[in-house]
Amino acid sequence: MKKKNGLFHEFSKGIIKENPVLRLVLGTCPTLAVTTAASNAIGMGAAATLVLICSNAVISLLRNVIPDKVRIPAYITIIAGFVSMVQMIVKAFAPALDEALGIYLPLIVVNCIILGRAEMFASKNKVLPSIMDGLGMGVGFTCALLLMGSIREILGAGTWFGIDVTFGVVEPMLIFVLAPGGFFVFGLLVALANKLAGEDGEKQTAGCGGCPMKDKCSKTECASKEVADNGNA
Amino acid sequence: MEMLKSLVAVFLAAILTENYILCKFLGICPFLGVSKKLNTAVGMSAAVTFVMVLSTAVTWPIYYYVLVPNELEYLQTVVYILIIAALVQLIEIFLKKFVPSLYNALGIYLPLITTNCAVLGVTMLVITKAEETASYGYAHALVNAFGSGLGFMLAMVLFAGVRGRLETCDIPKSLRGLPITLIAASLLAVSFLGFQGVVDGLFA
Repeated sequence: MKKKNGLFHEFSKGIIKENPVLRLVLGTCPTLAVTTAASNAIGMGAAATLVLICSNAVISLLRNVIPDKVRIPAYITIIAGFVSMVQMIVKAFAPALDEALGIYLPLIVVNCIILGRAEMFASKNKVLPSIMDGLGMGVGFTCALLLMGSIREILGAGTWFGIDVTFGVVEPMLIFVLAPGGFFVFGLLVALANKLAGEDGEKQTAGCGGCPMKDKCSKTECASKEVADNGNA
Repeated sequence: MEMLKSLVAVFLAAILTENYILCKFLGICPFLGVSKKLNTAVGMSAAVTFVMVLSTAVTWPIYYYVLVPNELEYLQTVVYILIIAALVQLIEIFLKKFVPSLYNALGIYLPLITTNCAVLGVTMLVITKAEETASYGYAHALVNAFGSGLGFMLAMVLFAGVRGRLETCDIPKSLRGLPITLIAASLLAVSFLGFQGVVDGLFA
């Protein structure tokens, strides 16, 4: 029973408490780019979830085999393999979605959520918890995308999943489906998530906690003071 | 002359109308993470521009002379990310050994660039563009990569200035930090919407 609870916890933490998009602020690029419509958001979320589950499972299985020094290139290769598979599946069965997602579908490879979970979770845990973690994070990602996609589609195009919701009463505000609307809605959602979690947003940095490169990055921005000092010296 | 004109059009479009950060949402992580200080913003975007041009220079011939003749186009994603990862390593080693001054300026940013979606994005987008327009060649691809890098730098530098101002403002508690940064980015993106159609108009 205890074990089952543990597995459920791995799944549920990704949805709200550690939501990858709104709490950990990972994977911002696809979040902003594909959420112009709710249906694109679902498609992107599903594709990323599939890659996340598969890569988490494989990386967890190989965690004792991959040498520590080359782990990032090894992870990227595994992830890129699964992304290519998903790309082919989407091209074959949902060409309209392929058209809508365009370049952002292959760019799942460099989505920090996937590499971040590989580094933070799958490389340290057994297969089953890793799969549950991947599923939870994927569902959390999809929920956040769906929320953002719905807001932007309803406000910007006056439709939801392509169904007209304005009834001709109000004029939709096109700016919400354009680039500025993406930044704006995302900013407000992060603020709301911070408010609900009762935390101060100030300490939050863009995905640094979950970023696989944070060790190297700490030499740059997270310790920007040092850089500035070195620059002066 | 016609060629030069189209190159200039591609270059300006890459910087202004197709700005990678503000219009295409590529490379948002470094945009939010490294734009707090002007010198880090410039260093990071210089490194990104450098890697963008070099990786486009390498991946384009590989796509057209290795992958296409062997009907291996579906391996594009895997091959590209590995090439970029290897290239970044190579550049790092090369600079460290032969151009230490450049290494000191860009070195710390290089490892971060492997997983930057703007670099993978530009190498793939130029292939998509070449498939759409027949006259789009290797030179266009390189100019596009360089322009995209400069556009990246433009957005980073402008935003570093905006963030400097934000530091001194009295912001509501839950908007502090990331949310207000995103809202400021949204306003910057509005100003870039104004460039829509400018480049087409210039060369019409």
